[in-house]
Amino acid sequence: MTIALETTNLQKSFGGLRVTRDLSLKVAAGARHALIGPNGAGKTTVINLLTGVLKPNSGRIILEGTDITDLPVHKRVLRGLSRTFQINQLYPDLTPRETVGLAVSERLGHGGDWWRLMGSRRDVNDEIAENLARFHLLDVMNERTATLPYGKQRLLEIAVAIATKPRVLLLDEPAAGVPESERHDILAAVASLPRDVTVLLIEHDMDLVFSFADRISVLVNGAMLVEGAPDEVARDPQVKAVYLGEGADV
Amino acid sequence: MSADSTTHPEVGTVPMAGAQWRWPEVAFWLCAAGCILLFPNRYLILTEIAWLALFALSLDLILGYAGIVSLGHAAFFGVGGYCAGLLALHGIVKEPVLALLVAGGAAMLLGFVTSFLVIRGVDLTRLMVTLGIALLLRELANKFSNITGGSDGLQGIEMQPILGMFAFDIFGKTGFIYCLIVLFVMFLLARRIVNSPFGLSLRAIRNNPLRASAIGIPVNRRLIAVYTLAAFYAGVAGALSTQTTALASLDGFAFDRSADLLLVLIIGGTGYLYGGLIGAVAFKLMQEFFSTITPQFWQFWIGAVLVIIVLIGRERLHRWAMLVPRMISAKFARSAAP
Repeated sequence: MTIALETTNLQKSFGGLRVTRDLSLKVAAGARHALIGPNGAGKTTVINLLTGVLKPNSGRIILEGTDITDLPVHKRVLRGLSRTFQINQLYPDLTPRETVGLAVSERLGHGGDWWRLMGSRRDVNDEIAENLARFHLLDVMNERTATLPYGKQRLLEIAVAIATKPRVLLLDEPAAGVPESERHDILAAVASLPRDVTVLLIEHDMDLVFSFADRISVLVNGAMLVEGAPDEVARDPQVKAVYLGEGADV
Repeated sequence: MSADSTTHPEVGTVPMAGAQWRWPEVAFWLCAAGCILLFPNRYLILTEIAWLALFALSLDLILGYAGIVSLGHAAFFGVGGYCAGLLALHGIVKEPVLALLVAGGAAMLLGFVTSFLVIRGVDLTRLMVTLGIALLLRELANKFSNITGGSDGLQGIEMQPILGMFAFDIFGKTGFIYCLIVLFVMFLLARRIVNSPFGLSLRAIRNNPLRASAIGIPVNRRLIAVYTLAAFYAGVAGALSTQTTALASLDGFAFDRSADLLLVLIIGGTGYLYGGLIGAVAFKLMQEFFSTITPQFWQFWIGAVLVIIVLIGRERLHRWAMLVPRMISAKFARSAAP
């Protein structure tokens, strides 16, 4: 089994508050791995550490055998580690075409071109069209992102992450806040992610986790509580205690 | 050469069409060129408008596109101005266009070095850092009066003919045409840049720096690049001012200049390149108008206008201003339709 993404003894404290404790996580290549945990377990901090928004106090992060602990955010993306955000992080004034176009240009190394007009490269245009078609965004591609329905914005979150052609994709609560009527599109988009992309899903919604993940890690108080296959995790008494204590059903 | 996507050509054609020249733009530049013939005794103020427009264009690049606020943009204006003055005064670079590039280059170098301070913070920090740098330079220029002439400024600058052919005349006609051409060329460059992937990535950074880095945009490198570019523009504006007035003074670095520049851009609007140009025209005309009727209180009236703009909202003002041009274009469109 090859490991796509690995952390070793990751630690992060904010002042006296230890939010990530000695976290060692292995995500197998091609896996559909879910990271779950009650509110305040430190899931978002883990994402921020993995993507480079936060620097760990100690420990290493290894992406496909390369240590990326000291790389800035954008370099990790170019190496194939991409993410979506729990709360939409899009460009309100830009269109989906521009948003996806930026990601494609950047990955192909044309993002810094200052003399060429946007839209003048066939390879970039083809990829934009293919990406927007896959995520059902072609019909709204020239509208300002701020004016799109929430479900479309959620899809654009995933589309732009996929446009960076990630080897490992971190999905941070992809269906958060999506109305029931638009939920199906999001779940279908998540389900149809290419198999060769490794996915680490951070999620609250247990239905989604158990229908999607082939492996689950449970994070409690910043430390790994249990890791295993979905049925093992579901049966685990510790996990039951944590979730039943919180009132959620597993 | 066709870059159209095989399946969905509009992915390529829409942005390319967005970068096309539109008729109001053509009209704007025709009007600007028409000023050469229409106002033969107003060349001095026209020249001032031209370099102020270039200066405002520079601020628009960093503020309107990349979202960097600055209260010290005069630093680059001043450096460009003194540099052009010194080059001419000591006969180091005699040809004005070449001197313009050298002066712009000097400001650019300063912009590059200080950009590392500017990218560190967010808005308030940036205001303070940029303000501080401009004040610092002003005091340095004051201190080294043996080079800069101190509070008297650089005097006795004699300009050589442009490209060795076009001498500056006392009416300022050559100066104005020179400024207008420089403005136009640099505007073309800016227009090209903002329609490029680089320009789009700046807008992405202004919209959401977190997301920008999360799709692989090297945010800091882009900000350094545009700040350095804007410094070049501001330096050239300063150099134009020195070359056309044959004077460089501490005023170049003054806080008022940076603050006025923000006013210019607020009047004209940010993020579409013409804001700085329209703002410069409006600002200078207002200044001229108000200082004729109340020589001491013209700033009061400019302040009042600013408050009105904020109250009414620029969007609405633009709509009103575009009412007649829109009607004309609608008529044309209808008569052209089969």
